[in-house]
Amino acid sequence: MASLDDLKKRIASVKSTQKITKAMKMVAAAKLRRAQESAEKGRPYSEKMNNVILNLSNGISDKENAPKLLSGTGQEKTHLCVVMTSDRGLCGGFNSNIIKKAKSYFAKILDEGKELKIITVGSKGNDQLKRVYGDKIIENISFKESKNANYFDADKVGKMVIEKFEAGEFDVCTIFYNQFKNVITQIPQAQQIIPLNNEGEESSSEESYEFEPDEDEILSNLLPKNISTQIFKAMLENSASEQGSRMSAMDNATRNAGEMVDKLTIEYNRSRQAAITKELIEIISGAESL
Amino acid sequence: MSEEFKVEIVNPEKSFLMKDDVSEVVVPAFEGEMGILKDHISIISFLKPGIIKILSKSGDENYYVEDGIVEFKNNNLSILTSTIFNLADMDKSKQQYLLKQAEEEANKININDQSKYLADQKVEVLKTLN
Repeated sequence: MASLDDLKKRIASVKSTQKITKAMKMVAAAKLRRAQESAEKGRPYSEKMNNVILNLSNGISDKENAPKLLSGTGQEKTHLCVVMTSDRGLCGGFNSNIIKKAKSYFAKILDEGKELKIITVGSKGNDQLKRVYGDKIIENISFKESKNANYFDADKVGKMVIEKFEAGEFDVCTIFYNQFKNVITQIPQAQQIIPLNNEGEESSSEESYEFEPDEDEILSNLLPKNISTQIFKAMLENSASEQGSRMSAMDNATRNAGEMVDKLTIEYNRSRQAAITKELIEIISGAESL
Repeated sequence: MSEEFKVEIVNPEKSFLMKDDVSEVVVPAFEGEMGILKDHISIISFLKPGIIKILSKSGDENYYVEDGIVEFKNNNLSILTSTIFNLADMDKSKQQYLLKQAEEEANKININDQSKYLADQKVEVLKTLN
């Protein structure tokens, strides 16, 4: 049995851990509200963008010569996967859920004998993936300096993806991120952004538009922007998910620490009483023997 | 019948502006400035760097944009843009900063024609703001 002193020290250490997790939970809750707000505010843009592209791609006259970003290169040999994770840990299953999803996708692609290239956004994903897929990772981006997800960062990633696409480095691009549903549920998502997968979606209007300049030119201008927009959307969802996940993880940790403190306190009190009883017995039996 | 329509400007971070008493909007479309009045035909076009003028009952407003898409449908004008500033809030230092950035971009060596054109446009517009 641990000595009284040891128990005391352990209780103190668990208590200070609890303080930390509690503070982290509070911080995450505050950040979550902000992240959630900006995720919601960012939605109209991506929705509108999607709408315009839908209208455009329906209006396009010559489907054969549609821009490659929309229709693809005609083959699916090389896959590029953009795995978006956080830069910080201590957020429960947030990162490992994305990684799990991504890994099963990677395995599928490699099984089919296709080539795989990976871009990791966020250092945690890179840490977890480089052990197994180290040779596949072509780029690692991290936005540790930026406090909130902002469009410029997303644009940087988007431009890089497009550059690589135009250089013919890959045929299909998929992004992995966590979609924010609520504080306890985040759904890891795999979304294909190149070629754009619009099938099954109906255009909201049958109306015909006038285009200026023509459809092709607008589309070829719009599609790269759409890539950045999708990535930005993923970043927003991700940051809300990260904070939500961290909040619930830290809430659990705080509760567990509390339970542990209770248990340790009971043990401490018991051994204190045992020690007192033992001393009393010693004194009494000592007195009796006189 | 009123001659007013709705305009909405959205940037990636938020819905930037919403007005429903607009009588005319002038946008710097890619092939030249374009004025949009009520009952304009449905149109999709994209923007080059320039000034968006919004004329409405509650006062005129001017915005500087660097890029974007305009969609007009059923008397709803949506403008999607990633970079937009209200000219009323734009001070000298901000303008100088943007100008410097644009000039740097225009003077890059390995720049393609279209980005060069866009950067030159930015410089031109920003200079006229002085």
